[in-house]
Amino acid sequence: MAETVANNHLTYVSPTRQRVMGVVFLGIGVVLWFLFARDVAPDALTTYRLTPGGSAQELPNWVFPTLPMLNFLIIFSIGLGAYQLVRGFGKRTNLVLGLVTAFFIFGFLSWATSGGSLNLAGLFRSALVKAVPLTIGALSGVLCERSGVVNIAIEGMMLTGAFVGAFVGSVTNLWIGLFAAVLSGGVLAAVLAVLSIKYKSDQIIAGTVINIFATGITSFLSAKFLQKYQYLNDPGRFPTIKIPVLADIPFVGPILFQHNMFVYALYFFLIALTVGLYYTRWGLRTRSVGEHPKAADTLGINVYRTRYISVILGGFMAGFGGAYFTLGSVGRFDEVMTAGRGFIGLAAMIFGNWNPIGSFGAGLLFGFFDALSAKVAILKVPIPSEIMLMFPYLATMIALAGVVGRGQMPAADGQPYEKE
Amino acid sequence: MSNSDKAQEKKKFAGVFLDEISKSPLTVTILAIFSGLVLGGLLVAVTSEDVYAAVRVSFGETLRVAWDAAWRTYKALFIGSVGDPARIMAAFQSGDAEAIRRAVNPFFESLVQSTPYIFAGLAVALGFRVGLFNIGAEGQLFIGATTTVVVALFLKGLPAIIHVPLALLAGFIGGGFWGFIPGWLKAKTGGHEVINTIMMNYIAFRLSEFLLRGPLKNPEGYSPITAEIQDSAKLWRFFESPIRFHIGFFIALFCAYLVYLLLFKTTWGFTLRTVGSNPHAARYAGMNIVKSTVVAMFLSGGLAGLAGANEVLGVNHNLAVAFSSGYGFDSIALALLGKSHPLGVVLAAILFGFLRNGAIQMQLTAGIPIDIISVLQAAILAFIAAPAIIRTIYRLKEPEMDLDTITLRGWGGN
Repeated sequence: MAETVANNHLTYVSPTRQRVMGVVFLGIGVVLWFLFARDVAPDALTTYRLTPGGSAQELPNWVFPTLPMLNFLIIFSIGLGAYQLVRGFGKRTNLVLGLVTAFFIFGFLSWATSGGSLNLAGLFRSALVKAVPLTIGALSGVLCERSGVVNIAIEGMMLTGAFVGAFVGSVTNLWIGLFAAVLSGGVLAAVLAVLSIKYKSDQIIAGTVINIFATGITSFLSAKFLQKYQYLNDPGRFPTIKIPVLADIPFVGPILFQHNMFVYALYFFLIALTVGLYYTRWGLRTRSVGEHPKAADTLGINVYRTRYISVILGGFMAGFGGAYFTLGSVGRFDEVMTAGRGFIGLAAMIFGNWNPIGSFGAGLLFGFFDALSAKVAILKVPIPSEIMLMFPYLATMIALAGVVGRGQMPAADGQPYEKE
Repeated sequence: MSNSDKAQEKKKFAGVFLDEISKSPLTVTILAIFSGLVLGGLLVAVTSEDVYAAVRVSFGETLRVAWDAAWRTYKALFIGSVGDPARIMAAFQSGDAEAIRRAVNPFFESLVQSTPYIFAGLAVALGFRVGLFNIGAEGQLFIGATTTVVVALFLKGLPAIIHVPLALLAGFIGGGFWGFIPGWLKAKTGGHEVINTIMMNYIAFRLSEFLLRGPLKNPEGYSPITAEIQDSAKLWRFFESPIRFHIGFFIALFCAYLVYLLLFKTTWGFTLRTVGSNPHAARYAGMNIVKSTVVAMFLSGGLAGLAGANEVLGVNHNLAVAFSSGYGFDSIALALLGKSHPLGVVLAAILFGFLRNGAIQMQLTAGIPIDIISVLQAAILAFIAAPAIIRTIYRLKEPEMDLDTITLRGWGGN
């Protein structure tokens, strides 16, 4: 116990939290038994297919008896819960929480598939694809909020990016369309930056302005032009690129390395942003402006310029994410086609604790549930897909309430800076 | 020397009035609306194909066609929202009751559109006054509509005098509960209400979608829509078809009056406003911030829920997926436009109602997509949020103290 009460507040785990987590782990074990294990015939089999559709390699199916697997998961969860209650995992509590959650999802899937089969690789692949716009949206949020500007306009920027990408892409070519989409996100971000940095208006109101504007202008122009002249709304899509060696790795290859350019761009942004924010001078400055602008100013960092740069970069990112909808996924623009994914991106940023890798993790989790909700109809599970789709929102609220540990939000997030 | 002094004196004298106007916050509001309309006209002109055809002729022709396009748009908007004066005159002269009803219908239909705006605008405004940004009016509206429709559908055999208030109360409680959750989370855990209300919006959409595809679906139909509510639960309409103007409008005005009384005439309202404008002072004065936050969010959600109840009981008489089309989101703009004051909200809501109803007609007659009103609203809201822009454009004087700036607390919820 002496080790858990460690030297700084970041690693301190309160006794209450330790107990709560222990009960949560135990609870998951019990729920696994109560909901799933009791319901399974002793000789039922679960079959997972490991080759996604459209892949050249053939892997054998993974078949196992359902009940022993569930029992194993239950005993393991309860064991972890007991250990947590008695000794505690200390710093590793969140890791264990992730593990137990994964057990729960795996147990649920195995129960749902019992007696049938499910394409596990296809599910993972689809989760990754669905995570792309969410994560790029979240990265846009990370850029803005790390510098202290709240960006709830990700949705609007993405929608505009989607529209501009489709329109310019149809008139010229895909790459110019993409460039224009990125630029349009940047323009809206510049409006957000001017309103919130120069005019010091409330950042949430400024974001709302952009969201309303983006919905209005894209629907207006789409109704007036795109629906009338179909050739203005036919940009085509970026082709799928198979990465030579990596795509041949069994199981993992087709899931990770057989996509269009947006997915690879996401990998690149994740690495670039993590390195940029945590290992460069620019990143340190940006974060310091988001945490304590006055101190940063005292040290000679130009707070306004730093914020302008970060917000506009965030806008570029959101515009890129928007282009994904038209140029990477659907191949045409439909009114309000982002359908709240910008807000889920915002949620992923919060759930991912304002950092790029965390955002990606959250994006994957949310994407997974999105992908799963499309499959529950096939699995004949008595959970409606609408309920499944609520998960990202509920998870974010729970995360925000501090049940799983309070996030480390930038301290000056949302506060205009007044130079004295 | 003295001459110039005198001139200055004279200028001063004449300028006092102008000065007063230029400093008034109302001027900024009116100029913001005006500028928004000008921008909307520009958008119409810029996207008009006739204008591009006229560019080939001459510059003067271009201007004329552009002006014409904007003029036709706003004329259609006016006729669509208020009615065609010539037609109204003709109808009254003919004395045919049905013709009169048809002629004046646009005006009353605008009031029908204004009604949910009043409720939802009051919801957001009440939150603002307590320093809370209730961005979740849309979700609360959905939940309120859902609870209302349950009461209005399944309770049978009640007289209207009991059934209607009961259905409204159900909407109020449903929406209030949806507002209570983020309020409680904010007070207890510090989770920011902006994020929580956004999340709860989407939970509400999914929930109502689920209910409308499952338990609440009209068993005789295929589409996700409920059966028609009981006759006893319908809000009373003043005129015969096609005028849908119903008593909900006056209920909304009454609610605005109640909110005004609550905020400005009771100790309790004083507490709420103090918590909103200066939470530290409020805490120092021994005011209960937790209670204020929770109660304010409950009331705010309840008002938004009434907007949903009003649409179900007064206009649609059933509940369909995505029936609201943005009342909750627009209400953020109109609460700001109305300076979060009940009277201002009512005026702004009536403006928005006329705009919306006019825009529906405009789409039909002038071929301008209805979404233009979102652009108008965004522009107006931007000017309201950054009054300095308006002051710079129109060279207005800086007011000594800006009392109307909305103060919200940052993400951290301190």
